[in-house]
Amino acid sequence: MAKATRDAYGEALAELGAVNNDIVVLDADLSASTKTNVFKKAFPDRHFNVGIAEQDLIGVAAGLAATGKIPFASSFAVFATGRAFEQIRNSVCYPRLNVKIAATHAGITVGEDGATHQANEDVAIMRSLPNMSVVVPADAAETKAIIKWAAAYDGPVYIRMGRSKVPDIFDDSYQYTFGKGIVLQDGVDVTLIAMGIMVAKAQEAAKQLEKEGISAAVVNMSTIKPIDAAMITAYAKKTGAVVTCEEHTIMGGLGSAVAEVLGECCPVPLTRVGMNDVFGESGTPDELLVKFGLTAEHIVQAAKAVIARK
Amino acid sequence: MQTLTDEQVQSVKNYAAAMRREIIKMITEAQSGHPGGSLSIADVVALLYDVEMNASPQDPHNPDRDRLVLSKGHAAPAIYAALALKGYFPIAELGGLRKIGRLLQGHPDMKHIPGIDMSTGSLGQGVSASCGIAIAGKLDHKDFRVFTIMGDGEQEEGQVWEAAMLAAHYKLDNLTAFLDNNGLQIDGKIDEVMCPEPLPDKWRAFGWHVIEVNGHDVQELHQAVCEAKTIKGKPTMIIMHTVKGKGVPEMENQAGWHGKAPSAEQCAIFLSELEGEQ
Repeated sequence: MAKATRDAYGEALAELGAVNNDIVVLDADLSASTKTNVFKKAFPDRHFNVGIAEQDLIGVAAGLAATGKIPFASSFAVFATGRAFEQIRNSVCYPRLNVKIAATHAGITVGEDGATHQANEDVAIMRSLPNMSVVVPADAAETKAIIKWAAAYDGPVYIRMGRSKVPDIFDDSYQYTFGKGIVLQDGVDVTLIAMGIMVAKAQEAAKQLEKEGISAAVVNMSTIKPIDAAMITAYAKKTGAVVTCEEHTIMGGLGSAVAEVLGECCPVPLTRVGMNDVFGESGTPDELLVKFGLTAEHIVQAAKAVIARK
Repeated sequence: MQTLTDEQVQSVKNYAAAMRREIIKMITEAQSGHPGGSLSIADVVALLYDVEMNASPQDPHNPDRDRLVLSKGHAAPAIYAALALKGYFPIAELGGLRKIGRLLQGHPDMKHIPGIDMSTGSLGQGVSASCGIAIAGKLDHKDFRVFTIMGDGEQEEGQVWEAAMLAAHYKLDNLTAFLDNNGLQIDGKIDEVMCPEPLPDKWRAFGWHVIEVNGHDVQELHQAVCEAKTIKGKPTMIIMHTVKGKGVPEMENQAGWHGKAPSAEQCAIFLSELEGEQ
């Protein structure tokens, strides 16, 4: 079954709201899209629509957290992290307040709305902030697990979710461990490290590579910060080549985080699959993924190229 | 109780005078900081900590306490002086303002400084946080009050008006804001840089109860705070007509003293002037 991570987010919030009265949800006129309206229906007194005002969204969340609440602030990723960057920096991260920024509609799979609405730099921006943790669930089950973890964790968290449906990777028994990558498939020739919607594509790429006699390990790196340096180093040593896969610019996101670890701990050939310093455009999600090089086929080619550089 | 006793008024005045001396001393010692806007809010800050606020240095994190968010965070020396004089931390810490490894940061830091209810410094953000605190108070059915102090230059930040809409929309009558209307910002007169006036009309239009007072008249300020407590269903904005640099004649109404430290010689003169005023 395929489900969008934003749908799982709405369900997880409603489940959490029933067991924790301190959970408060804020939205900026997008509750039908971010799915916080599921929580709103169940707990109208604890859902606050701040209107189209993302700076205030984050500031109000900071005040709620300063008073012991656990606010989840939602908007599209481009507005949540871009419009309100400095509010996140100064009102949330500097005082290390317990605010969860749960953004949906990240990446180019926003689709038809086009470049203005496709956040391809949000992970890079959030990763640069002290005290901020950055997590990117790969499917619905992981989203639910991450939302529940975030509610229990004390500190700022950025959670990146998407608009479109993604295939199921995990089942409901899945347990999220903060800061740990998950090996979905072992391999010896190359390691594919992916986040978000690209995890399923990396799995698909590994199957194609296997048919050609190439053994690829697949890692779901759902915690981008703090990154699992131990796992990256171990798999760099084991396979000698790495491909990162992200629906995000290759500057500052997963690819950069992995490159930083490899550069300092275990230099091996690396190829970053992602948005290559360009804006997206209008189109269907699938058309855009093809046009901007974010398919299993692109990962297969990148894997072969990086193996050739060993 | 709408009127303070003479003893209460004198207590607030003495406290504000002591704060002004500490403000001048700490900024001179730091050779960095914002004296003009710290002096212009000294009277309201003194009144809040001396009379109005349910807050104690013995229990600075009490969940039932009244909160003060200094949205114009650069006026931190006023709050630091007020907190030190009330015993939130040793007065000796004032000499460490803006110095490396010391307690008192250039702008308020809630994580380390006892009595600071919100980290502020980037204009426009404190008022949003105040709204969040006020909402939390309502959710928990607590009767604490939230006070926030804004600058008039700060009114040029768009976020102020986002928060203004929200506070009225959610009927945050536990929120009382003060606007330090001293008429000056870094680059000059507010109406020449980017005129935010007419401020009373704007705040009324945004759904707030608006009171205008002389921001250096303790009795008027107290009456406004009392009036705010009686207003139900909407937040209150107390627009304080103030003098930037109030208390030091050379600094009064001078934009140049927004963010400049006195020399040691000037400090001695200013302190003697402040002694004389008391």
